[in-house]
Amino acid sequence: MGDLLTISALESGYGLIQVLWGSSLSVSLNQSVVLLGVNGAGKTTLLKTIAGLLTAWNGKIVFDGIDITRAKPNKRIAGGIGYMSELGIFPNLTVEENLKLGGYFRTEKQNRKRAEDMYEYFPDLKEYRKKMGASLSGGQRKMLGVAKTLMSNPKLVIMDEPSSGLSPKFVKKVVEVLKFLHEREKLSMLIAEQNVSFIDFAQKIYILDKGQVTFGGDVEELKGNDTIRKTYFGISH
Amino acid sequence: MLKKYFPSLGVILAIVAIFIGLPHFYDNQSFLFNLMLYLALAEGLNIIYGFTGYLPFGYVGFFGAGAYGGAIAITLLHISPLLGVLVGGVVAVLTGVILIPLLRLSGAYFAIANLAASQALYLVVANPSLEKITQGPYGIDLSSVYNANAGYFAMLGVLVFAMALVAYLRNSNFGLSLLAIKEDRVTASLAGVNVIRARSIAWMLSAFVAGMSGAVFGWYTAVFYPSTVFSLDVSVFTIVFVLFGGIASVAGPLIGALILYSMYNFIGISTPQYFQLFYGLLIVLLVLFLPDGVVSLLKKGKVYVP
Repeated sequence: MGDLLTISALESGYGLIQVLWGSSLSVSLNQSVVLLGVNGAGKTTLLKTIAGLLTAWNGKIVFDGIDITRAKPNKRIAGGIGYMSELGIFPNLTVEENLKLGGYFRTEKQNRKRAEDMYEYFPDLKEYRKKMGASLSGGQRKMLGVAKTLMSNPKLVIMDEPSSGLSPKFVKKVVEVLKFLHEREKLSMLIAEQNVSFIDFAQKIYILDKGQVTFGGDVEELKGNDTIRKTYFGISH
Repeated sequence: MLKKYFPSLGVILAIVAIFIGLPHFYDNQSFLFNLMLYLALAEGLNIIYGFTGYLPFGYVGFFGAGAYGGAIAITLLHISPLLGVLVGGVVAVLTGVILIPLLRLSGAYFAIANLAASQALYLVVANPSLEKITQGPYGIDLSSVYNANAGYFAMLGVLVFAMALVAYLRNSNFGLSLLAIKEDRVTASLAGVNVIRARSIAWMLSAFVAGMSGAVFGWYTAVFYPSTVFSLDVSVFTIVFVLFGGIASVAGPLIGALILYSMYNFIGISTPQYFQLFYGLLIVLLVLFLPDGVVSLLKKGKVYVP
């Protein structure tokens, strides 16, 4: 129906090792979806298979009404998927060049206009526009990664662990920024995380465990589920 | 939009002016020819190494393939030498196409495989049983079409072409996408870059420059042997020049080749014993203090390097 991305019974893995055992999920237009899972649950594998960096063994990926299960990565990106990997930026290129690559498919004029939006959201980046990515702090790099992904105005933003490598204080900031961007730009997003603070702005939450989706629902349902509460909110919450 | 090309254009015009003007004051044409040859090879290598990060130790393979491709076309098909230069470039590109699978390797593995490929090509060309086509180890004689002045300007043409290519890469989105591939292939493909196609194009452009340079060299020298045009010295010299000057700009490889090749000629031939010492020392110092080449000094001083 109104689904932007639909994944059904997806199986995938590396070489002979199967990681995903029939995962299904969907993201609707303007919806923020968080995919929770512990290390090794298969989050990155799932995202990489959506982006086309890994080939699906079985199952189907439909994006924006088109079956992209076998499409090449650059076709998927051109089709409107924005992907932010854990590292995500080019350290030996300037901030400006990083942003330009983010909008690789768009015209120079579109890119310049979009870059202004990004500099407005992230004033730090404007200040460092001529500096190399490597000279940014961990948090600024993450912001550059987000800005670079948004440059192409993607229909769907996919993020692989935006919190990785950041201090708790900065994780909070990333959550705020993503929440703000979701509201401001009406982004459709799929974020894989193991940090529960990201469910703050999630309209739908999936839980991935051992390559299978074991839960799908909103925050209330999630909090009502006993086993999940123990796993994710258990000791720390 | 064309404005961003102006600095690169300035460099190209300066080089052209030098090589048109200098023969009026300095009559060692063969030195000037070889200097242009290395400038062009350095820019050609810059395309593949500077922008995509693949270090082609067998770069001389394209040079030799071009020299032989051009020469065989001239002697057997009786085409004009200028057309032969183009044929040389195309033969090198075809060689490059055959070697495209090597681009799946990375780092030292690519460098070694490419080196082996160039030597395999050498052994094929030098094989006596191919004497009817390649003259085997006995070398090629092009003295019937020898024309030093025409060869000199053909070399200048190839050099301008090579510099223009690098100027385009330096300022275009395509060049930026190649730099992204060098940085991180996966992240580049996630930005929407068609990694396989982009690096193959860079590889073939690089081969084209080396092939045309080889063909002009064959024409200008008139007599050459497989061991001349497949000599590993060509690869090593070119790589050192590029590293010395600095990669991924138009000016870097030019500066490297101008300084080091001139030095090689003025000290290297008269007093080879000191030259080796001096050269070695220079390279050690370079690696220790200026790993990004001479132009990195300018970049540190916030000077734009075209």
